Amino acid sequence: MTQEQMPTTEQPTPAEPRWMQRIAPRDVDWTTLVIIPLLAVLSALIIGAVIIVLTDGFGAVLPAYWALFKGAFVGWSSISETLLAATPLILAGLSVAIGFQAGLFNIGAEGQMTIGGLTAVIVGFNFEGLPLVVHLPLAVLAGFLGGALWGFIPGILRARTGAHEVITTIMLNFIAYRTLDYMLKLPFIQKEGRFDPVSKDVLDSATFPPILKWLPVENADRLRLHLGFIVALAVAWLVYWILYRSTIGFEFRAVGANPHAAKYGGIGVATAIVLVMALAGGLAGMAGGNETLGVLGRATPGFTAQIGFDAIALALLGRSHPGGVVLASILFGALRAGGRTMQAQSDVGIDLIVVVQALIIVFIAAPELVRAIYRVKGGKKQGQVTRGWST
Amino acid sequence: MVDLTAVTGSVELVRAPAEVRRARILGITYLLLAVVVYFVFAAGTDGDVTFRFGEQAGDLEWTVSASLLATVAAIIFGFLGGVQLTKGFGSKTNLVLGAAMGVFAFTFLGWAGAGKSIGIVGILVTTVAAATPIAFGALSGVMCERVAVINIGIEGMLLTGAFTGAVVGTVLSPVLGIIGATLAGGVMALGLAVLAIRYRVDQIIAGVVINIFALGITSFLSAQVLVENASELNNPGVLGPLRIPLLADIPVLGRILFNQNIFVYVLYSLVGVMTYLLFRTRWGLRSRAVGEHPKAADTLGIDVFRTRYRNVFYGGMIAGFGGAYFTLGSVGSFNENMTAGRGFIGLAAMIFGRWHPVGALAAALVFGFAESLQIRLSILDVGIPSEFLLMAPYVVTIIVVAGVVGAARPPAADGQPYIKQ
Repeated sequence: MTQEQMPTTEQPTPAEPRWMQRIAPRDVDWTTLVIIPLLAVLSALIIGAVIIVLTDGFGAVLPAYWALFKGAFVGWSSISETLLAATPLILAGLSVAIGFQAGLFNIGAEGQMTIGGLTAVIVGFNFEGLPLVVHLPLAVLAGFLGGALWGFIPGILRARTGAHEVITTIMLNFIAYRTLDYMLKLPFIQKEGRFDPVSKDVLDSATFPPILKWLPVENADRLRLHLGFIVALAVAWLVYWILYRSTIGFEFRAVGANPHAAKYGGIGVATAIVLVMALAGGLAGMAGGNETLGVLGRATPGFTAQIGFDAIALALLGRSHPGGVVLASILFGALRAGGRTMQAQSDVGIDLIVVVQALIIVFIAAPELVRAIYRVKGGKKQGQVTRGWST
Repeated sequence: MVDLTAVTGSVELVRAPAEVRRARILGITYLLLAVVVYFVFAAGTDGDVTFRFGEQAGDLEWTVSASLLATVAAIIFGFLGGVQLTKGFGSKTNLVLGAAMGVFAFTFLGWAGAGKSIGIVGILVTTVAAATPIAFGALSGVMCERVAVINIGIEGMLLTGAFTGAVVGTVLSPVLGIIGATLAGGVMALGLAVLAIRYRVDQIIAGVVINIFALGITSFLSAQVLVENASELNNPGVLGPLRIPLLADIPVLGRILFNQNIFVYVLYSLVGVMTYLLFRTRWGLRSRAVGEHPKAADTLGIDVFRTRYRNVFYGGMIAGFGGAYFTLGSVGSFNENMTAGRGFIGLAAMIFGRWHPVGALAAALVFGFAESLQIRLSILDVGIPSEFLLMAPYVVTIIVVAGVVGAARPPAADGQPYIKQ
């Protein structure tokens, strides 16, 4: 043992530039981080193809997948749609990921998005006359705070009473849906002259401006990608910084790794839990705000479109790392954007994408399955993300 | 769930601080209810309310002044609060709580319906109907969680059952549709079991996957296949109510409980059978042992994995059967995402019902009552937004898991994968 270990300690550090080490460090577990996710996506697409064969016959597979690919990546408009769809996914995915890092399972991203989207809209259609540089950040902040409140509730319940956050966040999702239904019918939110639950329109000064209009391509003014994407990337970097470069982030991860040890080490576990849940809620709230202040321009019942549940898949696929979440979100964004083209141009419905996404989670969550199918070796075994109700 | 009454009976005087706190909160809640009922309900209404218990108008009616009713209720709550704070109700605490909830619901109805007449029987018939799928979901959860497998996928299993029930029910026959739905739920549960037991996937993630997958596949197949051939594939018809001869003739109750469809009767028997099996048979003892302390169970020669697989499969079948209620028992055709969160209310009912079949049924009835009341109130057009009643099950569940009113204790090993040494 010792003889084997000796030489490695004496080895000189490789003469690689620092950025190279940053991007591709030597000790990275490639099997877990790259190969298994790729195989998982591949397997899910193959099973998706089998489902297409069963419902529409062999001939339907290639046209459907070609339309999916085209709608996701071919041409500026597709890329714009993919990144646009990825934007709320990034924010919601970060919300679940930061929870996982602290050992908390935030199933409540959907509800936090709902409330965050609603508070963002309320600020967004009020305050006429403010310039964009003031109004938009204010509305985004409102979204963050709304979501943070919805995340704070399960956080404080967990910290004070031990109520499991999975149960409370599931329940809060439904409470959020009903709250939205109710609020959208209040006179100061409901659009004038409407009897269905629709909010007033967000003012231009609080709407994310499109960012690809300047491109010298045809129909550049139809490219819908907006500033929210840049904001989401910045937030992803910020979350990375918090988690891996700040003391509080270290505390979060310590609580996630072992709450007892963290407590022994002098970390306020209860405070950390409340903070993480509020932060996670805030991120999901921003995802909601991104939708209502972005392409939707208002809040309607069910505007979250299951993004809060996709977020769980994204956090798993991205291994709860902000960078991984961004990449996973772009993949899921591509599936969402491409799925719409697939539905329009071939006979295969968009719900296939939901099935494919579910299968991706299965394979990511059960890496043993992928290993068994493809005979992949190596990679470290993962632990459980959450603990049962009783803890 | 070891029976601790023999132990705790002798140390009744030394109550745990949490229990004391809970009793106090409960007492204060009663007193608050008394105040609210008196000042909002009693002071805020005039006029009489008529409760109808019979089939037709003028038959078995009871007309009472709404404010008098509320005043009496306020006195009752005041009394309950006083007793709870001083003496306590001991083992009858939950029973009293249930009765108090009933009184509150009655007073609330009186207040909402002041000046009008309210058909109690109609509300309760709808309550039983609304509670049925919720209760099946909750029983499915009980079945799985008693062997320590968390089942978040109830919603997905209900949806799969609903879909299969509609298709098989149309193509073959409604009875075969029910059987197909039951098996389909079981297959989904086996998926959960394989992920959770064989691959030790985090059980909550596995359940979430089941839900997403079920929603995706049923929506996809529905849009792809069912919509175009609705009459040949998605038109099973509804199984009508079956009148049970003697029992249905009981005044008031008979019409509520014994003039329902087959699903409701299966539900009654299932609650009884499950309670008996779980708490009175060897199978039940073994299942509970696996849920509480799998290692000890394994040491005693119980096959932990097989027990878990089997119970999760049964749980899935229960949910699948309950899912068929949506298509074969109530709507008559499959619509995308038609379960609309009932599986999650079922999960809530399981927790509220403390992982016990009878408790789960009672909780489902409470939640079903909220749903039924919501429908009725939106017709009566009172000041209460219907959304708040729809929220009630979820709010109640949060209050329960937070331990404010009675502790809800899950099986000790719930959610933990078992690794054989």
